[in-house]
Amino acid sequence: MSEVAQDAKAPREPLFSKKNKKLVTDPLTDNNPVTIQVLGICSALAITVQVEQGVVMGGAVLFVLILGNLFISLMRNLIPSRIRIIVQLVVVAALVIIVNEVLKAFLPDVSEKLSVFVGLIITNCIIMGRFEAFAMANKPWPSIMDAVGNGVGYAGLLILVAVFRELFGSGTLYGYPVFGDYIQGNGLYALGYVNNNMMILPPMALIIVGVIIWVQRSRNKSLVESN
Amino acid sequence: MAINRDSNGYTFGFAIVLVVVVGSILALLAMGLKPRQDKNAEVKKKLDILSAMMDIDALGIDRSNGEAEFDKYINLDNAVVLDANGDIKEGVVAFDVDIKKEYKDKTLGAKDRNYPLYVSEMDGKAKYILPVVGKGLWGPIWGNICIGEDLRTIEGASFGHKGETPGLGAEIKQQFFIDRWVGEKITAESGVFSKFEIVKDGSGATKESKVDGITGGTITSKGVEEMANRCLEVYVPYFNKLKNK
Repeated sequence: MSEVAQDAKAPREPLFSKKNKKLVTDPLTDNNPVTIQVLGICSALAITVQVEQGVVMGGAVLFVLILGNLFISLMRNLIPSRIRIIVQLVVVAALVIIVNEVLKAFLPDVSEKLSVFVGLIITNCIIMGRFEAFAMANKPWPSIMDAVGNGVGYAGLLILVAVFRELFGSGTLYGYPVFGDYIQGNGLYALGYVNNNMMILPPMALIIVGVIIWVQRSRNKSLVESN
Repeated sequence: MAINRDSNGYTFGFAIVLVVVVGSILALLAMGLKPRQDKNAEVKKKLDILSAMMDIDALGIDRSNGEAEFDKYINLDNAVVLDANGDIKEGVVAFDVDIKKEYKDKTLGAKDRNYPLYVSEMDGKAKYILPVVGKGLWGPIWGNICIGEDLRTIEGASFGHKGETPGLGAEIKQQFFIDRWVGEKITAESGVFSKFEIVKDGSGATKESKVDGITGGTITSKGVEEMANRCLEVYVPYFNKLKNK
């Protein structure tokens, strides 16, 4: 979040008109890709067991989303409408593979961490969703802003869910023990505290996302759909 | 001149150009980066073998000094390759055997595979490192198991996986799971292989040949059990021969 705020204060004013800023800030709050558009739920369930996984996945999606939105936006007037979904898929798949190959050669440790997510990034509905809904119809710069907003909005939610799940499921945060050592049974565990194993299982992610959606909508009634 | 973007010709043309461009970029990239990637994989393999013997994180061994440290402890000339009966196979270089590839190859049965064995000496005591491979819930799992000088006690291990569930099956990489294997015996006093069993009731710490599994990672834990039983058994006849020498 802080990085985005700094970017927005950069001197080249016209690039950061009110409209462009809104593209970044909207997905962070009132148009969050996960809680409002309900996209990318599958990966939010799969990898929010540990905060670290959430950070890596969030970063990877942000990166692929920015480049993908840029390329699609540059090609938007060339892409034949009948095969546009396939073209989008080719772009995202190629990007993910390129990123993975380069990491494998130069940062093998990061690549190992990421290998689990490569498939998840390609199938992430947020990426295809932003290509189709935004980059196909907008100029490159707003597309990048949109990608930053949605990427950070997604990563932020992943990390938020992961904090709850890791803290109460494993008693750690980003791998560091918070409540004491579970295996040796000191700290809080000596007093009889037990980790909630339910937190580690995927259904709990769904419940936490549900609670977040509930809190968000009860604070901002305009988000509640009427039907 | 306006191009009709909806014509079949344009659609096909665009698709062909896109595929050729993307395809060549990927091909060039893969070719250009291959040497570096192979080198990384080799160092990683050495680190995996080393980490079965010692805590490489605590000793500050990483990719930068991995090869030098590896040569300090392990002499690849002493490594041997066994066949499924536990006899030494001549003419096969142990480090070049890719057990993951052989395990994946459906045309090779358990009888046809190579079984490398690395021999190391540390503080004047021999250590034997046995690479193992199997399958978890989502993909391959592998590891290296270090057997002590008595040729039956597990002194250390390292496990790896391709895509087990983070926080569940992926925990097999963690030290706490490895610690559950340390001290287990692969054979009885008589030299007969003793099968391992992953248990759920927490009795693994006290009972022989029983190892506690990981909560929520049952299938991965069972995969480790199957992997250890299948791969370690092959080495038992060879170890018995060494003992009787």
